[in-house]
Amino acid sequence: MGEALFIHRLHFAFTVTYHYIFPQLTMGLAPLLVVLKTLALRTGNPVYDQATRFWSRIFAINFVAGVVTGIPMEFQFGTNWAKFSELTGGVIAQPLAMEGVFSFFLESAFLGLFLFGEKRLSRIAHWWAGFALFLGTWMSGYFIVVADAWMQHPVAFNRLPNGSFEVQGFSGVLTNPWALVQYSHVMSGALITGAFVMAGAGAFYLLSHRAPEFGKMFVRIGVIAGVIATILQIFPTGDIHGRYMAEYQPASTAAMEGLFHSEKGAPLVILGQPDVEHQRIDNPLVVNRLLSFLIYGTPTAEVDGLDHFPRENWPTSIPLVYFAYHIMAGLGTIFVAIMGLALLLLWRGTLYGMRGMLWILMLAVPLPFIANTAGWLTAETARQPWLVYNLLRTDQGFSANVSSANGLFTLLGFMGMYAMLSIFYLFLLQRVVDEGPEASA
Amino acid sequence: METVWFVLVALMLAGYVVLDGFDLGAGALHLIAARTDEERRLVLGSIGPVWDGNEVWLLAAGGTLFYAFPLLYASSFSGFYLPLNMVLWLLVLRAIGIEFRAHLANGLWRDFFDGVFSLASLLLIVLFGAALGNVIRGVPLGADHYFFVPLWTDFRTGPQPGALDWYTVLCAVVTIAIIAQHGALYLILKTSGELNRRLRTIANILLPAVVALTAASLWASVGVRAELLDNYRATPAGWIIPVLVAAALIGIFRFTRSGREREAFLSSCVFILTMLVGAAFALYPVLLPSSGDPTLSLTIHNAAAGARSLSVGLGWWSAGMAVAIGYFVLVYSLFKGKVHLHSNGHL
Repeated sequence: MGEALFIHRLHFAFTVTYHYIFPQLTMGLAPLLVVLKTLALRTGNPVYDQATRFWSRIFAINFVAGVVTGIPMEFQFGTNWAKFSELTGGVIAQPLAMEGVFSFFLESAFLGLFLFGEKRLSRIAHWWAGFALFLGTWMSGYFIVVADAWMQHPVAFNRLPNGSFEVQGFSGVLTNPWALVQYSHVMSGALITGAFVMAGAGAFYLLSHRAPEFGKMFVRIGVIAGVIATILQIFPTGDIHGRYMAEYQPASTAAMEGLFHSEKGAPLVILGQPDVEHQRIDNPLVVNRLLSFLIYGTPTAEVDGLDHFPRENWPTSIPLVYFAYHIMAGLGTIFVAIMGLALLLLWRGTLYGMRGMLWILMLAVPLPFIANTAGWLTAETARQPWLVYNLLRTDQGFSANVSSANGLFTLLGFMGMYAMLSIFYLFLLQRVVDEGPEASA
Repeated sequence: METVWFVLVALMLAGYVVLDGFDLGAGALHLIAARTDEERRLVLGSIGPVWDGNEVWLLAAGGTLFYAFPLLYASSFSGFYLPLNMVLWLLVLRAIGIEFRAHLANGLWRDFFDGVFSLASLLLIVLFGAALGNVIRGVPLGADHYFFVPLWTDFRTGPQPGALDWYTVLCAVVTIAIIAQHGALYLILKTSGELNRRLRTIANILLPAVVALTAASLWASVGVRAELLDNYRATPAGWIIPVLVAAALIGIFRFTRSGREREAFLSSCVFILTMLVGAAFALYPVLLPSSGDPTLSLTIHNAAAGARSLSVGLGWWSAGMAVAIGYFVLVYSLFKGKVHLHSNGHL
């Protein structure tokens, strides 16, 4: 039982973590493609069309990887989390089914038109195809966040006599305030990925002394989008999200911050390792009273530590929650510094020639993927031991009829499949980057 | 209200089989029918702009099933755990087979992905056919509404069957013939010349097999589950369905011979649709029969979501599907007619 639960958790964690590598780039690049396409329309300069074609090729490969790793997710609620699905399907499947009906059909129709229709459609119609694609990917993200937000902060439901949940009305679940906050945080996170990838590619071309016209364009658009997104990520979206957590999931906040004991004027732990056995932070680097200030706006407010909550309601792995959160928040802060500095240099007109800064932009490309992954890891592990916060525990939700051996068998299968997919993905992307935007004339 | 959702989910699944059926069938025939790189590009070009949208029907149907009948979704997806995960792997392989092939103009690369695409398509047809067989035959549901079927046991249709037994294997074979024919008729509609002629030969060979296997599977189905005829006895108007099935088969035969490609393909659509409607009509109100105690079967009554969820869902579902059908009309009308090389980026 314990082993089966662990395997089912790992199964979902692995497949969804791997999956989210791709959609964050899809959702991050889609608005930038619209920006490029708009610049092409407004300036009439064909280099923007060429740039759009280049990024469309990357977008297409990435989109395929996102689709094929996303399909298993839609089914995995039933295969590995049957009891959870049985009880919550009347609520949680509303956004999931709506994603299929409203987003996937839209995306599937307009992806082909956008990728292959440039010569057949008018310039305006082609812009609209790109816009529809952007809309589809961002709607898709909303429906998924709505499903997760309901698990984080269940609203607008009735509980039936058999223990299952049903919606109270059409809009209650869709307008969950938690979903609005989480969505804005997730989407600015995706935009950060798109911006860093575009700026990083531009830096690569400038550093390799190739296609300088495109290198400068990618760096410029990437840095401007990156500054906006990295700031939005912290303020207001991250800030409000943190306060929501503190208000509605106080035990999660205590685990994220590594706060074992309730304190007036609680410190913010910047670095250190949580020692759960002795209930303290080893090698701490802290800023006194800052946590109280960030949550309540006053440095002397009392923040509940883990000791305030019954042990069986503590997140299952405090160190994992703590590290995931600190990686996310630490990288988020570094992103503001990188993009802020790059913008300053761009404004002063020295960025394109400053190889040190270009190296930083190029090498930073993997970091937003890590930060986004760590962010989701924080959200999902901090919610433990609950599937639906305070209502349904994780050990009550998995498929008890699927043995740990069968779970492990398919987990290994997915690992093999995704290892192969990774190789093809990187190989094909490398080819597109190597051929370069010059080849997309 | 449960009945409404039964009809909607059944129609979505039938829509999936009709639409994705032709590109799966095209995939199964890909290596046999299309020999040269040009021909294979024509086959892929015939399904390229539409296969992804067709497959969305499966996702949308799955999501809708999850919403309307959460217990059925939970019980069947976990109970068919192994075959369903294999379906997922095959869907991954098939998609990258189609989409990654064109990126390299290298013979080995293309042969590899042609093989992946074709084999994955064929195996998906086998698994989908066997899945339908399992739903008709029934599964060993427990008192907790759950079950778990191994891939196979002794290949008999007893109270403890595997996913594969003689009956579900028969269903898989029938499905291969029907879906391959469906794919051939679609490709005939989209191609010309030598490839078109070869596909006609394949379709002509498949038709007698489809007729014989369909008859055999219907006979076997009634043998495995005699209750399938209950609804037809209670509501004799239901016999119109098998009449339509037979009419559609005759249509395929006549229209193929007279070279009316569009009508032949549409007859195949009607044939598949009516076969599935006939199965759904026979099962109603059961969603997943029990192979043991019949009172343990999952029905629209014990597996449906709360009444409020069902009534709320009807609004957004109708709006969303109306828009989705609009996209399909748009995409298919932009893509009508024969496919020629270099007519779009997929080729």
